[in-house]
Amino acid sequence: MQKITRDVLVEKAVSLLENGTVANVLGWRKGEFDYDITPAVFTDKADIEANFVWNDFCGANFSKYLVQKTRKLEGKILVFLKPCDTYSFNQLLTEHRFDREKVYAVGVSCEGMVDIDKIKAIAGDGISKIVCGEMIEVSTVYSDEVIKIDAKDVLEGRCESCKSKKHVAYDELLGEEGDVIDSNRFDEVAKLEAMTPDERFAFWQEQLSKCIRCNACRDICPACTCENCVFNNPNSGVENKAAANSFEEKMFHIIRAFHVAGRCTDCGECSRVCPQNIPLHLLNRKFIKDMDSFYGEYQAGAEVGSRAPLVNYTTEDVEPCDVFEGGNE
Amino acid sequence: MFKCSMESLNSVFAKISANAELYIPADNCDGKAVYTKWAEGVELSNQLNTVKSPKDFFFPQVEDMMAFKVEGKNIELIDIRKAQEDFVVFGVRACDVKAFEVLDNVFLVDPVDSYYAERREHGIIISVACGRPSETCFCQTFGIDAANPGGDITVWYADGNAYWQSNTEKGEKLLASLGLESCDSAAVDAEKAKIANIMKKLPLAELKADAFGGGKTMELFNRPEWKALSESCLGCGTCTFVCPTCQCYDVKEFNTGKGVVRFRCWDSCMYSDFTKCAHGNPRLSQVERFRQRFMHKLVYYPENNNGLFGCVGCGRCLAKCPISMNIVKVMKTLGGNA
Ligand code: SF4
Ligand code: SF4
Ligand code: SF4
Ligand code: SF4
Ligand code: SF4
Repeated sequence: MQKITRDVLVEKAVSLLENGTVANVLGWRKGEFDYDITPAVFTDKADIEANFVWNDFCGANFSKYLVQKTRKLEGKILVFLKPCDTYSFNQLLTEHRFDREKVYAVGVSCEGMVDIDKIKAIAGDGISKIVCGEMIEVSTVYSDEVIKIDAKDVLEGRCESCKSKKHVAYDELLGEEGDVIDSNRFDEVAKLEAMTPDERFAFWQEQLSKCIRCNACRDICPACTCENCVFNNPNSGVENKAAANSFEEKMFHIIRAFHVAGRCTDCGECSRVCPQNIPLHLLNRKFIKDMDSFYGEYQAGAEVGSRAPLVNYTTEDVEPCDVFEGGNE
Repeated sequence: MFKCSMESLNSVFAKISANAELYIPADNCDGKAVYTKWAEGVELSNQLNTVKSPKDFFFPQVEDMMAFKVEGKNIELIDIRKAQEDFVVFGVRACDVKAFEVLDNVFLVDPVDSYYAERREHGIIISVACGRPSETCFCQTFGIDAANPGGDITVWYADGNAYWQSNTEKGEKLLASLGLESCDSAAVDAEKAKIANIMKKLPLAELKADAFGGGKTMELFNRPEWKALSESCLGCGTCTFVCPTCQCYDVKEFNTGKGVVRFRCWDSCMYSDFTKCAHGNPRLSQVERFRQRFMHKLVYYPENNNGLFGCVGCGRCLAKCPISMNIVKVMKTLGGNA
């Protein structure tokens, strides 16, 4: 389904490596099946030509890897960024988390990524082959028939409500530049807001009780780049390796949501990686929606150096409690 | 061998749960299978396996171990365990049944972990053969037969019926109490042949573990490939927490305000504070932490347990790792049978 082909990216990567612009390429490495790519650093032309992948399963956002890789790797790093990834990229720069000089950023246009779980819900288990395209062709070990699925029907949740096809950061762009989209991303939040407090509590209780505290959501999150998270730090007083009860289940997520409020770009990585399918992005989106309504529209990562509403006090700021009558009915 | 129709399975569940708590895989709000306490209305899932493994029944993620009451110079130690009741887990796949053997070798050897032992003693495992394995399944790499899953009782689904066979004394007693119709094994034999045929077609059917096992430490430990394999590992605990054989835990104390409770919770070798000592974590970077997980499953564990591998090929870490790095990719890279 991606308009821009893999070959264009491969050619770009190889030429930038060969002309010495970069020494490393951060890209998607071919997996065992056709859908399980792994983020990887490539340094070698033959490796890129054989194993670099760009297709509808390249959801992984590389921005956060730059924090670690710019410190560790020798030489400049080429990073490929989808539109949503560029917001994370800018936000990390705003927070001075990596050295921009060490990175060569290539924006790649994106038509949306697909969700293997949704494909499996239609095609079943036992997948032997997947060919990407407008119609995704799926083969399984259970039948000779090739199952055709419209890629639009199996988009990742975050791509169904993609907020922007525009790249807000790059040195070079592959494919066409898009626009910020009038997305439906707050519809789900509105649904939650329409619930009674009891219903909403029950919703989150059910969702968060599934959490196994694997920390994948935090570890993938480009806004979570603390060197030592309070939840890991025995000296913080709130160290918490596993949730012992429903209070602790919620505490981790609520604290994390507050901590990334104003910095979360809504990239959707948290919900994408959660092994328990918890819609974590809804917590963050609720914050984004509220901040928009209290302090005016603000998109984290839209530009480098902007001040997030929660760290930008003005005397005109509203008191949230005057706007919303929160809490108990 | 005994049988019941698939339609009457629910009434069999009712019978089992009259005497013991029964857990079956049922779909949750996202349509994912999770072990759920059976009650009228809880429906058996059609999914191949549960997201979390049945390990949790015997080795829960968090458990309080004991409490201390301090009065002056007196410390009173309180056993806070409740008496363990019998319980039955239905629908366990062959890989997960084998995983209990892996855990038993850790928790039931001297000094026996009485918490785990009590639950093993009171738990009855009803396994189910895998009619529709997934591409992520590679139990056969470790010699596990998805058509003969074992446990206390084995169930096969075939032509609209569930066929039951007991394998242990515990299982026999339970099965006898269910009043099922006895039958021959023709349908089950056919189902086993069908499963064997499907297993051959799975993408990982040819994966071999020959390059691993006891005695391979020096050969594998310093392999340069570990660096690239672990390069983008997040150090999250997903792979360890969904794994039916991961067995590491951390023991801590919690000040309740009125006393102290000692608890344990799962730990992960992928974490930066794993086995932390006075000088810090002996595994300085994610390369060593990542290596530990796979060396443990593929080399150290078999070395200490007569060749039994610490992975059962359930495929959960393949399905759930956020960066799709997993034991199969490690085996193919280091084992040279890609
Ligand atoms: S959210 Fe938008 S830019 Fe990001 S992966 Fe989805 S469609 Fe592409
Ligand atoms: S990724 Fe999901 S299961 Fe893991 S800690 Fe986050 S919310 Fe919990
Ligand atoms: S291998 Fe995957 S699941 Fe395991 S710690 Fe690394 S990123 Fe997390
Ligand atoms: S290492 Fe992976 S495949 Fe092996 S038993 Fe654990 S979760 Fe299953
Ligand atoms: S790994 Fe084997 S036993 Fe486990 S679910 Fe897959 S086919 Fe069944």
